Amino acid sequence: MSKNEEKTHIIPYRTFLLVLLVLLTFTFISIGVTSYNLGPFTVLTALLLATLKTILILTYFMHLKFDVKMFGILVAAVLALIAVVIFITFLDYLFR
Amino acid sequence: MSSQEHTRKEPSFYEVKKHKGIFAWILSTDHKRIGLMYLYLIMTFFLIGAVLGLLMKLELIAPGKTIMEAQTYNGFFTLHGIIMIFLIVIPGLPAVFGNFFLPIMIGAKDVAFPRLNLLSWYIYLLGAIIAITSQFSGGGPPDTGWTFYAPYSFKTSTNMLPAVLGAFTLGFSSILTGLNFIVTIHRMRSPGMTWMKMPLFPWALYGTAWIQLLATPVVGITLLMTVGERLFHIGFFDPALGGDPILYQHLFWIYSHPAVYIMILPAMGVISEILPTFAQKTIYGYKAIVISTIAIAFVGYFVWGHHMFTSGMSGTALYVFSILTFLVAIPSGVKVFNWISTIYKGSIDLRTPFYWAVSFIFVFMIGGLTGLVLGSLATNVHVHDTHFVVAHFHFIVFGGVGFAFFAAIHYWFPKIYGRMYDETWANMGWLIFFIGFLTLYLPMFYLGIAGMPRRYFDYLPEFHGGNIISSLGAIVMISGLVIILFNLFRSARIGPPAEKDPWKGRTLEWTVDSPPSLENFKEEPEITKGPYEYQ
Amino acid sequence: MSQQVHTDEHRDDIGSRFGMWLFIFTELLLFAGLFITYSVFRYKNWQAFHLAAEELDVFIGALNTVILLASSATIAMSITALQQKRKKLTLTLMGTTMLVGLVFLVNKYFEWSLKFEHGLYPGSETLVEFGKGEVLFFGLYFFMTGLHALHIIAGLGFISFVFYYVIKNKVTHDNFVLLENAGLYWHLVDIIWVFLFPLFYLIT
Repeated sequence: MSKNEEKTHIIPYRTFLLVLLVLLTFTFISIGVTSYNLGPFTVLTALLLATLKTILILTYFMHLKFDVKMFGILVAAVLALIAVVIFITFLDYLFR
Repeated sequence: MSSQEHTRKEPSFYEVKKHKGIFAWILSTDHKRIGLMYLYLIMTFFLIGAVLGLLMKLELIAPGKTIMEAQTYNGFFTLHGIIMIFLIVIPGLPAVFGNFFLPIMIGAKDVAFPRLNLLSWYIYLLGAIIAITSQFSGGGPPDTGWTFYAPYSFKTSTNMLPAVLGAFTLGFSSILTGLNFIVTIHRMRSPGMTWMKMPLFPWALYGTAWIQLLATPVVGITLLMTVGERLFHIGFFDPALGGDPILYQHLFWIYSHPAVYIMILPAMGVISEILPTFAQKTIYGYKAIVISTIAIAFVGYFVWGHHMFTSGMSGTALYVFSILTFLVAIPSGVKVFNWISTIYKGSIDLRTPFYWAVSFIFVFMIGGLTGLVLGSLATNVHVHDTHFVVAHFHFIVFGGVGFAFFAAIHYWFPKIYGRMYDETWANMGWLIFFIGFLTLYLPMFYLGIAGMPRRYFDYLPEFHGGNIISSLGAIVMISGLVIILFNLFRSARIGPPAEKDPWKGRTLEWTVDSPPSLENFKEEPEITKGPYEYQ
Repeated sequence: MSQQVHTDEHRDDIGSRFGMWLFIFTELLLFAGLFITYSVFRYKNWQAFHLAAEELDVFIGALNTVILLASSATIAMSITALQQKRKKLTLTLMGTTMLVGLVFLVNKYFEWSLKFEHGLYPGSETLVEFGKGEVLFFGLYFFMTGLHALHIIAGLGFISFVFYYVIKNKVTHDNFVLLENAGLYWHLVDIIWVFLFPLFYLIT
């Protein structure tokens, strides 16, 4: 079984800086959005942006886009597991 | 040893030492030595836990105070639980037999991260020490039960912090072992050993490892939150501050239910190894067992609420948890069916490991079926927190993990020590233990239904008869245990030499020397066949 | 060629990274327990949470978010630098990451001190007087940001360890999985903050 790394792929600095720019933009948008009161959508928007930021960090900074496919699948599976557990917990709290 | 020596090509791993004396052990990163170091610690703690259990049974042999005060009893059942759960049955099979045999069974030299493996052992020892100090300092031994329920866990004046932090530390050991095994199984299988050619004990360890990895952190944070509650009045579980004690139960059982699958999956893996060997027949339904292993690991994450049916959860939660609990029983049933079908029309060799394996199936079935009584909402209300529950979990955990552990040690003993044990004493020990086990725990089902609560040091006079039978059963069972252990200790030192493959097994460990050499295999084995191909 | 194969024989970079990802999963599950707790108490006390959040300083929170994101970028870039054999640049970028981590901790120190001065800490009478929802909000705030800060410290430790190895040429342009792993850990710490920030500072 070949265990040797065939990694010659180098991500250019520009990619990282571009991603950082997008992350910062999302950050400022979420701060801006919360100064307006959109009701429950305020928080939802902030969380949505946090999720998008996380996906960017996972994909580019953490290299998932260019790495073994299984890692990305596992990340998604673990996050799905957490989501289901939260959902089931709320089956208690929502209907008490 | 001498008749074996001249046929060996390499010295056994015991003879290759990088350091002198005890350091050959405690500084070794060899998975076999680490497995044995876990074995010796676990056996020691098991004896302590067993003595605690015996003393509890002696207290319960008659109503009222018999040999100890109520507070002492509360401390005993707490420590008994902490030791048995966190020090024995959760680590047990993976740490001992997983460590020793996983690499060999997949054709590898060691695990993926051998130094991390040694660190896991040290963390285990540290956790045990921290937990045990709870007995000797502060406000006295903890009396909350091993479940540390809020709000009592932060109101009791007993010495909670070492117990809670000890459990937290032990969790780390479990997580790191799980991590190690996942990477080992993914990356270090021998050429030709595809996933579907891997034997069932490694498969069981794989499912277990994922649970160790993903579930344990949840109890980790819960324990830290308990510390926060106790030290800083943080309020999460304190109703006076707006917190919710039921949230504690949710967080605690989100781990502790999957934990029982950490306990039972490796046990099932052991049985799946032993039965083909002693029936000299391939396992019935290999794929079904693999799928049911994954199914149990997966669905097991979603049933935790069945420990909380009477706590005050919503009706919706009750229904959902009950349905899912019934669902998770199905794959276990599949396995039992496959095991019986493996034995059916096999060429049976009636030896000690086989006796343990078959009696495992018997007690596991009783434990499993009574689990359905508990998983059913209406009956649960009647038996929750009674001795019915105590009987159920002793059948399924002690009967399950315990019997599988004895099965495993008798199966793999010749490989580990290069010696055979006395089979007459081993079989006698098994029979006495088995009879004692049934006598000890069967009456508890009746006592529970009749209304005897658990974790009470006293009981109503009408429960006296059942308790006498049960406590006598404990004495018989311990006698069996003494015979078994004595036989094993003695045989490890002076038993007759064993060959490479005394049981005619087909998995890779039976192709290496008894005991194995340091790197297990002279050359990496090439796999062309499935794991259980008999003629 | 045969010598290279020999030294590579025991090395498994993918396995090593896999191990790191698995450890990251445990950290995700660890914080998940707290996020569950947050969700439950937020659901039950949404108004109190809304009010309590106004006690937090959005500016410091935003500053910390910005610098932490930047530090993720710098450590990611340090891998590129190392692959290009630019050792000095690698060390500079790693050093920047660590410096930012320290600044984050200093900011946190000032934030917490301000809270303590106003009597806002777990177990304080001021807090109890505010009401149950506020008690829970600040309990979660201190516990989660505190646990997060511990992870920043751990991350700094990990990165400085690798920093030393880069200096000593034990982590090089063709053997850098250790740096990748340290980076992964740092990004995890960043992701956790990416969620903590809106959940505590932006729910006003």
